[in-house]
Amino acid sequence: MIFSTARVLVPIIMALVVGGLILFALGKDPFAYYEYVVQRGLLSWSGFQQTLIRSAPLLLIASGLIVAFRAGIWNLGVDGQFLLAAVASAALAPVLIVALPSWLTIIICCGVSIAVAMAWSVVPAFLKTRYGLNEIITTLMMTFLGISFANVLVKLPFNDPDNTVPQTMTLPVTDRLGRLFDTTIHSGIIISLVAVFAVHFVMTRTAFGLKLQIVGSNPRAAKHAGLNVGRLTFATFAISAGLVGLGGAVEILGVWGTMRADWNPAYGLLVIPLVFLARFHGIAVIGFTLLFAILMIGGESASRRMGVPNFYVLVLVALLLIFLALVEYLDHLSHKRKKA
Amino acid sequence: MNSAAGQTPAVSLHSITKRFPGVLANNDISLDIHAGEVHALLGENGAGKSTLISILAGMQQPDAGHIEIEGVRVKIHSPRESLRLQIGTVFQHVVLVHSLTVIENLMLGGAWWRIHDRKTALARLRDISELLGVKIEPDVPVGRLSLGQQQQVEIIRALWHGGKVLVLDEPTSMLTPQGVDELGALMRRLAGQGVAIVFITHKLREAYAFGDRISVLRQGKLVGDILPEHLDDMDEEQATNEIIQLMFKSAVHGAESAEAEIFLREGQERHKRGVINKSGPPVISLEHVSTRAEPGECALHDIGFSVMPGEVFGIAGVDGNGQKHLAEVIAGQRPVLSGCIKVSGELTTDADVPARRRLGVRYITDERLGEGTVGGHSVATNLVLKGIGAPPFWRFFVTIWQRIFRHAREIIVAHDVRTPSEHTPLARLSGGNIQKVLLAREISINASVVVFNKPTYGLDIHNTRLARDRIVKAAASGIATIVISTELDELLELSDRIGVIFNGEMSGIVENRAGAESEIGRLMTGAKAA
Repeated sequence: MIFSTARVLVPIIMALVVGGLILFALGKDPFAYYEYVVQRGLLSWSGFQQTLIRSAPLLLIASGLIVAFRAGIWNLGVDGQFLLAAVASAALAPVLIVALPSWLTIIICCGVSIAVAMAWSVVPAFLKTRYGLNEIITTLMMTFLGISFANVLVKLPFNDPDNTVPQTMTLPVTDRLGRLFDTTIHSGIIISLVAVFAVHFVMTRTAFGLKLQIVGSNPRAAKHAGLNVGRLTFATFAISAGLVGLGGAVEILGVWGTMRADWNPAYGLLVIPLVFLARFHGIAVIGFTLLFAILMIGGESASRRMGVPNFYVLVLVALLLIFLALVEYLDHLSHKRKKA
Repeated sequence: MNSAAGQTPAVSLHSITKRFPGVLANNDISLDIHAGEVHALLGENGAGKSTLISILAGMQQPDAGHIEIEGVRVKIHSPRESLRLQIGTVFQHVVLVHSLTVIENLMLGGAWWRIHDRKTALARLRDISELLGVKIEPDVPVGRLSLGQQQQVEIIRALWHGGKVLVLDEPTSMLTPQGVDELGALMRRLAGQGVAIVFITHKLREAYAFGDRISVLRQGKLVGDILPEHLDDMDEEQATNEIIQLMFKSAVHGAESAEAEIFLREGQERHKRGVINKSGPPVISLEHVSTRAEPGECALHDIGFSVMPGEVFGIAGVDGNGQKHLAEVIAGQRPVLSGCIKVSGELTTDADVPARRRLGVRYITDERLGEGTVGGHSVATNLVLKGIGAPPFWRFFVTIWQRIFRHAREIIVAHDVRTPSEHTPLARLSGGNIQKVLLAREISINASVVVFNKPTYGLDIHNTRLARDRIVKAAASGIATIVISTELDELLELSDRIGVIFNGEMSGIVENRAGAESEIGRLMTGAKAA
């Protein structure tokens, strides 16, 4: 899959133009808005750090989704997996840190979070392989359950009694994921970049990745070729959920140190369109995620300053998707015409 | 029979031309179809027959030319319009809703604002069934009917809105020899009622046996007609020669005359082959094999046979009588309920696909794109599909794409696969070339048993010949070869022995010698071997 720059740049420019027109119609100055977003999300030092910090969980979720989507499995239960993994780290870390060094605490927490998220994906995987139930339905249902269950866990067993708002105990700032050099950026961004590159390598350069893609493109051909479709399906769910779970752990261990009840950033549904924009391509998704993180961070500041609602960022993403599809379609048409 | 001669034709096509990217499917075809006649439309795969009838059925629009119905110029812009003009079409593949009953399927075309009138519909069904001389239960789900019965339902549906014209696209491809005769009688009866019948076939013999008039298509062109008065005076051999003349009169250069010869040879000449050594042990043997019945599939009951090295064992039978399960059980894709399978003396009943491949079992599926290949992936990937993770293309599970691509380039040259490159998505290739890729992948040096499931299905004459030559070559190299086919001619040409499968059971095994055909035909309907 080769990305010609024009095919990506043209939709981005079109989305920004149409998005600007919408802002203009709302009585806001689009140029001022965009300038502010870029200023706050990319050009200012603190904004840039924020952007990178925000990218870490998004990239881990994206890498999990790429594995699943390439294998033809629509894991839409990202948020449930993410939050339960986050609860696991948030509950465990403050307890472990009392007895263990911080590096060991972090490794154990990441491991447990991954395991919890994987466990949450077992039910959809089982239902799909055994009864052929559509995983879109089952993962969505599991995500509703997971979000509520995470809340219950924070409010009841893992609630910190010393705090007035329901939340878990807090991991001290000094024991969280290590900072990079002299910045506020935590090492989670390194973990997430490694994950994305690893996923990209596995999917494009290994037998396992090719097997997953065969299962994804034509399960009957996979069976015909003697692949164990059931086992590969379980593996796909586990890897996908595991990476998402690692995202949850990184967000807690790197940024918050605690988990509040009702905290749900709903990153999963935000990342899905990005993964589609990148056409499941590991390297391309890094670019889109960074762009999106800039829009998010810059948009949050801009919404306070200019009164443009925060979710306007989503409007831009939607426009981007539409124009990307449109450009793709026109490209396809002209190819066809050339052939005829 | 010739009552229609001199009258206005029921349908006449005037200079129909249809162009698809890269192909001229119909090139200036003019054709008259008369009421009360069976008009046989003869031509090999890809001659443009299907395009012509999809134009009649309103599914395609001609680029040039026009259609007249009883002398009135019409435009058939939709399938609905075609039905309104009383043109009923029965397509090669059944297009019925399997979960609905017969009568529900027949009532599907009704106007949306009208309440289903079951009583009238049942009366109509009775009338048409009587006309056809068939008996169909109205309240049985279509999925439970045999393919022959489903075809009858299709014919009833085609005549539902009044049958002026009935178009049958390759209707004999899924029938037994007896079923073919019954269809012939049915067409005769309908023609006697004044229906104009277009009977499409690629088999010379059927065209002669059932047609009042024969038109021959070749490469999108109408190359000639044999008129009824002419046809009556000819015996089969004269007609055959005449048709060959029409089809290949331009056969001045080598390639075409070779094709003419292939066409003539089709189903007539048995392959002469060396004597098979039957003293040794068989390469593969099945004993009392049964499978579990899944909804809509035909399971196996107590199947047993064995195949010697170098032997071609044909499996005859009407489609849907357990052929698919048989092939999958041998390949290891489907679990066996009871019984056992031995390959080279080793018990392999529970071995999975990779384990059987190591023993040399290969399976060329009939669903080339459905399960044989991954259409969106490259030709190169598809060539190594059954060996993912194995050396020399993988080292420590890391893919060595260079080697895979080089391997693909070699195969493409060696097997004359027509593809722009080894990176081209496989689905872009033609059926014949996809089959070449499959054959190249499956038949390798260490193959010992090869199952061919409908190896020439949907291929044109040239590629059919190539595929059959490949089968013969495989057997000659000592491979135990199992050919599953619904084309009896094909099996008679290739096989040493032919097993007949009916309703999941082996109703008999016949040595392929003179007179085998009638015995096989009898077994195909379920009569047990004497």
